Amino acid sequence: MTDKPCNLFDVGHRACGGCAAALAAKLILEAAGKNTIVVSATGCMEVFSTPYPETAWGVPWIHSLFENNSAVASGVVASLKKQGRTEKVIALGGDGATVDIGMLCISGAFERGTDFTYICYDNEAYMNTGIQRSGATPYDASTTTSPAGKCSFGNPRPKKDLPAILAAHGAPYVATASVAYPADFKKKVEKAVNIPGPCYIQVHAPCCTGWGFEGEKTIAIGKLAIETGLWVNYEMENGEVTRVKKVRRKPVEDYLTEQKRFRHLFRPKKNDGEIAKIQQIADRNAEKYGTDIVLKK
Amino acid sequence: MMEIMEGSHAVARAVTMCRPQVIAAYPITPQTHIVEALAEIVANCELDADYITVESEFSALSACLGASAAGSRVYSATTSQGLALMFEVCFNVAGMRQPVVMSIVNRALGAPLSIWNDHQDSISLRDSGWMQFYAEDNQEATDLHYIAYKVAEDHRVLLPSFVCFDGFILSHTYEPVDMLNQEQADSYLPPFKPYHRLDADDPISFGLFASPDYYQEFRYENDQALRSAQDVVASCGREFGEMFGRDYSGLVEAYRLDDADTAIVAMGSLCGTVKDAIDELRDAGKKVGLLKIRSFRPFPAEEIKSALSGVSRVAVLDKNISLGSKGAACLEIRDALYGSQIPVLGYVLALGGRDVRKKDIAAIVDNAEKGRGDIVYGLREELLK
Repeated sequence: MTDKPCNLFDVGHRACGGCAAALAAKLILEAAGKNTIVVSATGCMEVFSTPYPETAWGVPWIHSLFENNSAVASGVVASLKKQGRTEKVIALGGDGATVDIGMLCISGAFERGTDFTYICYDNEAYMNTGIQRSGATPYDASTTTSPAGKCSFGNPRPKKDLPAILAAHGAPYVATASVAYPADFKKKVEKAVNIPGPCYIQVHAPCCTGWGFEGEKTIAIGKLAIETGLWVNYEMENGEVTRVKKVRRKPVEDYLTEQKRFRHLFRPKKNDGEIAKIQQIADRNAEKYGTDIVLKK
Repeated sequence: MMEIMEGSHAVARAVTMCRPQVIAAYPITPQTHIVEALAEIVANCELDADYITVESEFSALSACLGASAAGSRVYSATTSQGLALMFEVCFNVAGMRQPVVMSIVNRALGAPLSIWNDHQDSISLRDSGWMQFYAEDNQEATDLHYIAYKVAEDHRVLLPSFVCFDGFILSHTYEPVDMLNQEQADSYLPPFKPYHRLDADDPISFGLFASPDYYQEFRYENDQALRSAQDVVASCGREFGEMFGRDYSGLVEAYRLDDADTAIVAMGSLCGTVKDAIDELRDAGKKVGLLKIRSFRPFPAEEIKSALSGVSRVAVLDKNISLGSKGAACLEIRDALYGSQIPVLGYVLALGGRDVRKKDIAAIVDNAEKGRGDIVYGLREELLK
């Protein structure tokens, strides 16, 4: 990790108060340092950080399109290699850019063994365009294209497991993280940028505007996601899970009740059936990754 | 040195001598022979380039954009559906002023599927901000690559460039080609000097978003750059001629046009057939000439206006059609001659590889003399009943 916080992602950008993506950008650059080139996808982060003629980026930064940051990064990496340069390349995208529209490019870049780190800030929907569902939107979340209604409980599908898909590409390092655990996230970023080959980090980035909570609660919500087992922080090295964040699990209701996107599960009356299904998702996560702290008798 | 070479191989050799540092391409008929030849050249260390075997044309051009922005000379090649898949990236590369050079081995666009030649692919990217040069033969196809790099990378221009040559008709045909040697190529085309590049020692941001307060000026400057590229194309083409004896200073080229009554306007390999047809028509007493458009973007409207000022009629041959309207060159020529009394007649022909022979050119001249134009020429009427 670098010695001290730096201003490589500067103040003055247009993110909402309490924006986890902006916090993620700051943490990424604190960890990666100034010898870094960032390739951004179109999305919230790109828009709030670079309104011409201003930029929040203190490192070289490029944005081309929504779905091509992995391919642009491939070109940057090849170009640096041919010039004998040493900058690290980080591709940044939201969950829509990453798990949906950019899937072709990210798969190609990982299959080719591109020496870069891809970081997805996962705020679980298309926030820049107004909170539409993505492949990373969790089960039952109400979004503007998966609204809860008389015959809908919100998003009908669970999150796409992109970390597993990229691990299956042979990625040497895949990790999940959360802005609620900044030291852990920075350690993972530092590790990823120093491992040769394609590395992937998906960082949980609670979105106060899109999820419906007050901006000062971003970190608390991020922690609850982990404490309920609906988000798991882990590392995979060469396809094997090597480290997992252990928790004393709380019921998923503690997380759901804090956010407007799940309000329909509690009003006008509590939907025990659907809440039980979400609890099952958390239980399966806990079992799969072994997150539960078991007290010794 | 004069060699008998397949068009694709000649182009691959010329590209090699332009020393691109990064190549990213995806195979598609009829472009494959170029990218295969380049892969072999890189595999044998005859070119020190990083060859990115991307998973799509969309990524090919995206990778070229990134590599160019990071300060390397880049190359790609594609055609037809591949170029259509690059549509979004094409506008982006031009808007970000990256001097990417890409060969377009012209081919029709589906549906129906066709692997054969016409110009619909590159013409459909007319408004993207790329320069577009069209080659008549394999000699011109190779030479235009050196010129395209020199113009694109000129700091007065900084725009990407297509070098277009006809699929199969040129790409798969063996012709004598006078190849430059590496020393000659280096003396004409110096190493790439980026205007800006991604660099940790001098961090800048590329590809910001522009509000309505700024966007229009970016577009205006993009347009101005493409317009003023005309002078740079002419000077780089002249310099090439002075060094190697083949002059490309004209963005258009006239053939027996001086005293012509009927001027034919065409692009690409069709020009060779037209020239032969003109010779025969002249022998038969008809005053016919050709104006070949080598540079469709930038479009040399004034040069064209002056070249066509003395003719009685203009017959424009288009291997493309703007469905619901006309061929692209026809519209441009009509616009260039606006205010003159010279009739401009459009002929869409040779779509999807339909052959054009000397007798077809004679028939078109005949049509033009009778004032019959703005048609699709050479239809098989029996299929339309």
